[in-house]
Amino acid sequence: MELGFLLGSVVKIVAVLGWLYGLLQVMAHASRWVKIAGIVIAFGIIQIAFSLRIGNQAILNDFDAGLLFQACTMAMVALGLNLIYGFNGQFSLGQWGFYGLGAYAAAYVTYKWFNDRTSSALFVLLIGVVLAGLVILGLRRFLGRYYNLPVLSAFTLYLIGSAAAAAVAVFAGNGIASIVDPLFGTKEAPGLLSSDVALQVVFLLAVICAGIFAAEVSFLFGLPVLSLGSDYFGIATLGFSIVINTLMVNSDTILPFPEMKGGRGMIGIPKLTTWFWVFAFLLLVIVIMRNVIHSSVGRAILSVREDETAAKAMGIDVAGNKLLAFVIGSLFAGLGGGIYAHYIGFLSPGTFSFLAGFNPLIVVVFGGLGSMTGTLAASFGWMFFLEGLLRVLLGQLGTEAPTWRFVLYPIALLLLMLLRPQGLLGKTEWGFLRAPQVKPRPPANPTSDARPAASIAPAAR
Amino acid sequence: MANPIGNGTATSTDRPILDIQKLNKFFGGLRAVNDFNLTIKPGELVGLIGPNGAGKTTVFNLITGIYAPSSGDIHFLGQSIAGLEPFEITQRGIARTFQNIRLFPNLTVLDNVRIAYHFHAGYGLFDAILRNPRFYAQEKELTERAQDFLAIFKLDRVQNELAVNLPYGEQRRVEIARALASNPRLLLLDEPAAGMNPNEILNLMELIRFIRERFNLTILLIEHQMRVVMGICEWITVMDFGEVIARGTPKEIQNNERVIEAYLGRGTAHVA
Ligand SMILES: Nc1ncnc2c1ncn2[C@@H]1O[C@H](COP(=O)(O)OP(=O)(O)OP(=O)(O)O)[C@@H](O)[C@H]1O
Ligand SMILES: [Mg+2]
Repeated sequence: MELGFLLGSVVKIVAVLGWLYGLLQVMAHASRWVKIAGIVIAFGIIQIAFSLRIGNQAILNDFDAGLLFQACTMAMVALGLNLIYGFNGQFSLGQWGFYGLGAYAAAYVTYKWFNDRTSSALFVLLIGVVLAGLVILGLRRFLGRYYNLPVLSAFTLYLIGSAAAAAVAVFAGNGIASIVDPLFGTKEAPGLLSSDVALQVVFLLAVICAGIFAAEVSFLFGLPVLSLGSDYFGIATLGFSIVINTLMVNSDTILPFPEMKGGRGMIGIPKLTTWFWVFAFLLLVIVIMRNVIHSSVGRAILSVREDETAAKAMGIDVAGNKLLAFVIGSLFAGLGGGIYAHYIGFLSPGTFSFLAGFNPLIVVVFGGLGSMTGTLAASFGWMFFLEGLLRVLLGQLGTEAPTWRFVLYPIALLLLMLLRPQGLLGKTEWGFLRAPQVKPRPPANPTSDARPAASIAPAAR
Repeated sequence: MANPIGNGTATSTDRPILDIQKLNKFFGGLRAVNDFNLTIKPGELVGLIGPNGAGKTTVFNLITGIYAPSSGDIHFLGQSIAGLEPFEITQRGIARTFQNIRLFPNLTVLDNVRIAYHFHAGYGLFDAILRNPRFYAQEKELTERAQDFLAIFKLDRVQNELAVNLPYGEQRRVEIARALASNPRLLLLDEPAAGMNPNEILNLMELIRFIRERFNLTILLIEHQMRVVMGICEWITVMDFGEVIARGTPKEIQNNERVIEAYLGRGTAHVA
């Protein structure tokens, strides 16, 4: 059995990486129809593998499905962290905190909807993130005209604005809920809102709002910390993660959320995450990430990592671009959290402890700082190899043996740092994620413009 | 396009493009810049020279906003720029190169230059994410303009190389190309000839003359190589210990007692 299992696991790892490679290749295809067909096929292959059986074994059993789903959420979180740390150069330990924030926010919405049959949480969060988003974007545009406003004054304005948005959201959200909630109907005669379709829509909204919520919190947190010099950014983000974790542990005492049950963990979250949603959100994150990186915005983000002083001298708003990378990265973490919560159905503060927060960091470093493909591959490899294969193998040695994983991770990381500091894949990008190749310009036609250019002999090498 | 030496363009009335008044910068007890005045008219090519540690680079850092002045004021195109963020000053039309080259080492030569277009890229974050027609159009245009710049500087063949892998002379040219891509009115060059051989220096002088005409630039230049300074500058300001000790045409400076003294050391002036 051991050998068969080992072989099967290796085949699965290779197959999943091959699947990823194929997906990224087909997404890079020039024809739109081939692209769409390829994406549908990539989705379908996995979907079929869940149900197709060889003998009495599904090709991908429930355990594999769990690994795959977690690999995808890890990929979303780690891509966000790579944007912040790998591409923008800002070492952050806060990513796990935003992941937890997204998970709890999304879970609370669907929990209230599904168990308490009220839409209040949905409307409060929805109105809250929309209003806060408008306030932040509006203030940013307005304040942009007054250059010399000190950061802390600006921060105070943003904070007041967001708090006001939150207050309005609580008021309006509960108001709307009290009007809408009768549509849930009764147990005997379920109303419109009790339908499965409504639940799916609420789930979708909850995940998206959770992502935006995490992004807005990261803006408010990042504005003062990133603008006042980033030397302490890593420490500050660590503090953030600890604060979030403490709030989770005490969510039923110092926060008004008894449903979250504090340190005992939140149970009863509807398990709405399907392969379709995991795939769709992973795709969304990959597309946003790649479109940002391979654009002028991405180059600005990279220039900050390369040389802040030179970036400033090139007209780059260094503080603004750090904030941008941080906010987008947190958005990904929040989305990942929302997806995760509805897959696992149970949220415990232990999952979001600061120690576990090193996992995405390890994934990013393994895959290579500044490599999107590396992060994706490392996320899948991490789950299937370390959490899947190794855990089971070690499990053969005794019930406590899997704990040795936590000794093996750091050793593996150490070896990698020594042998391949640029990460497993270095700067390689696959298919869709590759930078568009710019061909040299054909020589300009010999007009008067070309004459002075030609008169400058190239400097001797 | 051609810009007669001195003042000849439509914008060049007598209004200075850069006007520095009573500029001071202290580092703790050190007076790095002391009551520094400088006025540059549009189209001029001005040299800033002085012995090591005289405060020349500090003046550049003050103009570009890397340091905030301890006191004094800097006007660019009639508006005060003292206290602005460096990126805002660049966006108003001052670009610079650095004494010790500061490229974006792990980015390609093309990307190094394209970054200078960021603040006038013509599209924003949401255009990039949505990949709308505006993104494609603007990205194509700025890429082509960047490539034209590279062609002018004979760097088109290395556009996809990482900047860090280029030889020194080419890195210098990338830095100048990158500065020009931000579309400046005033270009500050900090010791562009440092580390170049005589042949490269000749090319550089040719290049500076050319870009100045081609892009209608005003240039302020720090340089230790007297051949360069005397060869291309119309006006020269000499600093020593943070203070201006002389200004004038190259001829006047060459024969100035205080300048000779500053360069050869105090007390030996009468020998020289
Ligand atoms: N950030 C700083 N902190 C403290 N002292 C500084 C700083 N920058 C410059 N100085 C000091 O200010 C003085 C002027 O330095 P600056 O770099 O402007 O000289 P420079 O004229 O450019 O010299 P060089 O020809 O060697 O480049 C020097 O004494 C230098 O040590
Ligand atoms: Mg200097």
